[in-house]
Amino acid sequence: MKITDDSPSVLSALDRPNSYIGRSVPRPNLQRLTQGRGQYVSDVTLPRMSHVAYLRSPHAHARIVSIKADAAKKAPGVIAVVTGAELAKVMTPWVGVLTHLKGLKSAPQYPIAVDVACWQGEAVAAVVARSRAEAEDACELVEVTYEELPAVVDPETALDAKTPVIHAALGDNLCFERKLDVGAVDKAFAESDAVVETTFMFGRHTGVTTEPRAVVADWNEGEQRLTVYQGTQAPHMMQNLFAKHLSLAEHQVRVLTKDVGGSFGIKVHTYADEMATVALSKLLKRPVKFVADRIESFVTDIHARDHRIKAKIGVNNDGTITAFEIDDLTGIGPYSVYPRTSGIEANQVVNLTGGPYTCPNYRAQARVVFQNKNVMCQYRAVGHPIAVAVTEGLVELAAAKIGMDPLEIRRRNLIADDAYPCASAAGLKFEKLSHHESLAHLDTMMNYAGLRAEQKKLRAQGIYRGIGFASFIEVTNPSAAFYGVGGARITSQDGATVKLDAQGALIVATGVTEQGQGAEAVIAQCVATSFGVSIDKVRVITGDTDNTPYGGGTWASRAAGIGGEAAWQAGKALRGNVLAVAGAMLQAKPEELDIRNGIVVDKVKGTERLSLDELARVAYFRPDTLPPGFQAELMATRHYVPRAWPFAFTNGIQASYLEVDTDTGFVKLLKHWCVEDCGTIINPQLVDEQIRGGVVQGIGAALFEQCLYDERGQMLNGNMADYLVPMAAEMPDIECGHVVSPTADSELGAKGAGEAGTAGAPACVMNAINDALRPLGAQPVTDMPFTPGKILRALGKV
Amino acid sequence: MSDLALDISLTVNGERVSERVEARKSLVDFLREDLGLTGSHVGCEHGVCGACTMRVNGEIVRGCLMLAVQCDGATVETIEGLSDSGEVADLQAAFEQRNALQCGYCTPGMIAAAQDLLKRAKETKSVPSRDEIREHLSGNYCRCTGYHAIVDAVGFVAQARAGGKK
Repeated sequence: MKITDDSPSVLSALDRPNSYIGRSVPRPNLQRLTQGRGQYVSDVTLPRMSHVAYLRSPHAHARIVSIKADAAKKAPGVIAVVTGAELAKVMTPWVGVLTHLKGLKSAPQYPIAVDVACWQGEAVAAVVARSRAEAEDACELVEVTYEELPAVVDPETALDAKTPVIHAALGDNLCFERKLDVGAVDKAFAESDAVVETTFMFGRHTGVTTEPRAVVADWNEGEQRLTVYQGTQAPHMMQNLFAKHLSLAEHQVRVLTKDVGGSFGIKVHTYADEMATVALSKLLKRPVKFVADRIESFVTDIHARDHRIKAKIGVNNDGTITAFEIDDLTGIGPYSVYPRTSGIEANQVVNLTGGPYTCPNYRAQARVVFQNKNVMCQYRAVGHPIAVAVTEGLVELAAAKIGMDPLEIRRRNLIADDAYPCASAAGLKFEKLSHHESLAHLDTMMNYAGLRAEQKKLRAQGIYRGIGFASFIEVTNPSAAFYGVGGARITSQDGATVKLDAQGALIVATGVTEQGQGAEAVIAQCVATSFGVSIDKVRVITGDTDNTPYGGGTWASRAAGIGGEAAWQAGKALRGNVLAVAGAMLQAKPEELDIRNGIVVDKVKGTERLSLDELARVAYFRPDTLPPGFQAELMATRHYVPRAWPFAFTNGIQASYLEVDTDTGFVKLLKHWCVEDCGTIINPQLVDEQIRGGVVQGIGAALFEQCLYDERGQMLNGNMADYLVPMAAEMPDIECGHVVSPTADSELGAKGAGEAGTAGAPACVMNAINDALRPLGAQPVTDMPFTPGKILRALGKV
Repeated sequence: MSDLALDISLTVNGERVSERVEARKSLVDFLREDLGLTGSHVGCEHGVCGACTMRVNGEIVRGCLMLAVQCDGATVETIEGLSDSGEVADLQAAFEQRNALQCGYCTPGMIAAAQDLLKRAKETKSVPSRDEIREHLSGNYCRCTGYHAIVDAVGFVAQARAGGKK
């Protein structure tokens, strides 16, 4: 194990000559983006392309009595007005369930509502026109008569007998329930020196990708093929779903994903309006474009994190944590989102709570209920920010109760660094984590003792600063255990194909996708290193189901760890193939040759023997000069899926330093630190930037972001003026550090890094606020987001 | 419903353009749809996110809060023009080196806003602090980076232009 700080790591196992592993090489695709020459789906135009606008339900729950579209159909530019019933003849409905989440149920969802609209914002009719503006104009002419139905909005009463059932066929409003009871929880609480109990609230929030969801669907009646340009994280998953629900074969569907303006889990789901757009293209036999505007993004992009958790921790005076108990209740809207389901977040909360600690006693209950609000589903760090905030909130409250330093209580309870492999109370299997090393590194990096001294000095002057921590674990590199075993056709394996071109450069096609996190750079680094060329000779192709290996795409922090390993292995395989050609040309043994910096060399002496350009020339244009019977194979494909562990857990610890204005309730973030262990670091800069971006997304949840609904299920702040997101002026500088514990499941040893920042940031901001306010006798704040009003209430000032 | 269209003439990235546009059409929609200049992005269409930040008559504006017809006679500069003239080449290079962009959707607007700050700084012969950079960019939303890398990149160019760093 070894510590690195924003510096290239040296990795002996991967230390090929001219290795790019551990180097901060710039991403190959950035110049087109800085010059405004990217191609996002919202930029795509096709011949005969039409535009769709959706008329959306203004009610949270309403029966659609009638839809009169005569006037709209005659409006300028209008091509078609299509209702849910009409589109249901083109596309079949779907049900978002997974068999391994036992008992999880949901109702059939249609691309456009049929008979009943179940949330404010659900599409009830589509207007297709020559331009988006004309389509929107005509939407105003569609007359829909609604019979408003009672809206189920409050999760707390969703299961009450007197609450209406949203989907009568399901019998009740319970989507999913899970219970876990490990060890002797009651006994542990009874014997604890202290017990702390509180309720944590997590504001329903959403992804607010800078580019809204966008899709251009092009059904070619002549080819009987569908091409879908989509800003998605999972092209092959979407290929399957489009085919399945249009009753096509998968090979009739091509999904193309070029530049995507932000994803974060928002763009990995099945959206009714995107499915409808695809169905409309099939129906109308021409391209149809849909780009959500910001107002409809707020009421249709998945929401996340609306959880209420009653939580309890037992602790002894020596700091030993004796038990954790949680009761989670979450409202997920009217449908479990297809195909990943809306049960995963609560399931993750149950899995992850208490995860960093040795405590053997753990009881959890989670209930997932339906309601008439926009749907909720997986968003960056799924469940982690909740489980971490609950766990770390409890740990710091317990520390305060027994008068122990918050880092000291962690030292006494975090799983020892030499205890691996081991499992958590919830049953999570850990290959190798580094909680203590990470904590020690953070302690030094932030000068904890110095900050405490500064805090004390400033308190005497009436300035209230707080320091908060959050240890965490993160699920990365998922195997089939996540979705495949539950029956979803979401692949956990991924592949890479590497081709030597006729001038000795490499073309790599990968099943993982580029959402801006730097997947193209990472894939190029892996291939360049394992094959042996400079990185400028590697071109990476992503996001095309016709031309990339079948793969899962980008989610659950899998692209580098899984896609990277496949690329690494493919590069190695092609090196072997190329050296076989070189051996034939040079009458040498291939095993005595290597490829270094694009040149075939003697493995031992390093003497240059043959350029790749010359090798390719001979293999492609003069194969007649090669020995009889020898066939050059200058393309190689390899796949990879984690097999030894269901998930590659990573770990880390974050800290927040902030100042609370006790007169206004405003929080000023002064600095943020994160030490994390994602195994082998392929590109230190990209890892750090994933951490930083993730931290800020977590800070948004802690301080600003919440989708506010009224009692009728109307979203009150669905625009960017009223829904606050983190902007540059309020955000702190973020310092990153690393501990490196590679996974032995792959040769590369890389785990994921995409969600660690978001997982830990809300917890440590919460803990820092409470640390700042503790000397003032404030009630601990546990209800995110921590708005100035909530902080003033905690202080008893309002 | 809008049948009302007007003729406008303007200069876009140094080229003279004469078009008939609907009176209700925003500047950014006009640039993207009518002129094919897709480098300016549409993020919120209500003036908050800054993805459509561009320059009109030398001042940065939100392309979604201005109508195309208001630009009759104006000089408009988008990321395509700023790139081709080389005016922001150092900013672009710094963003690339520092990975101050991930998905890149906010980047054209971010660079236009940063260039505005650096132009002002040059006029006052000052070098903006990190806090000043953060303040100036506070109308440009980036969901990916957390802003730290953007502040680094702009700060680096500010220093370099002031002769402090190469």
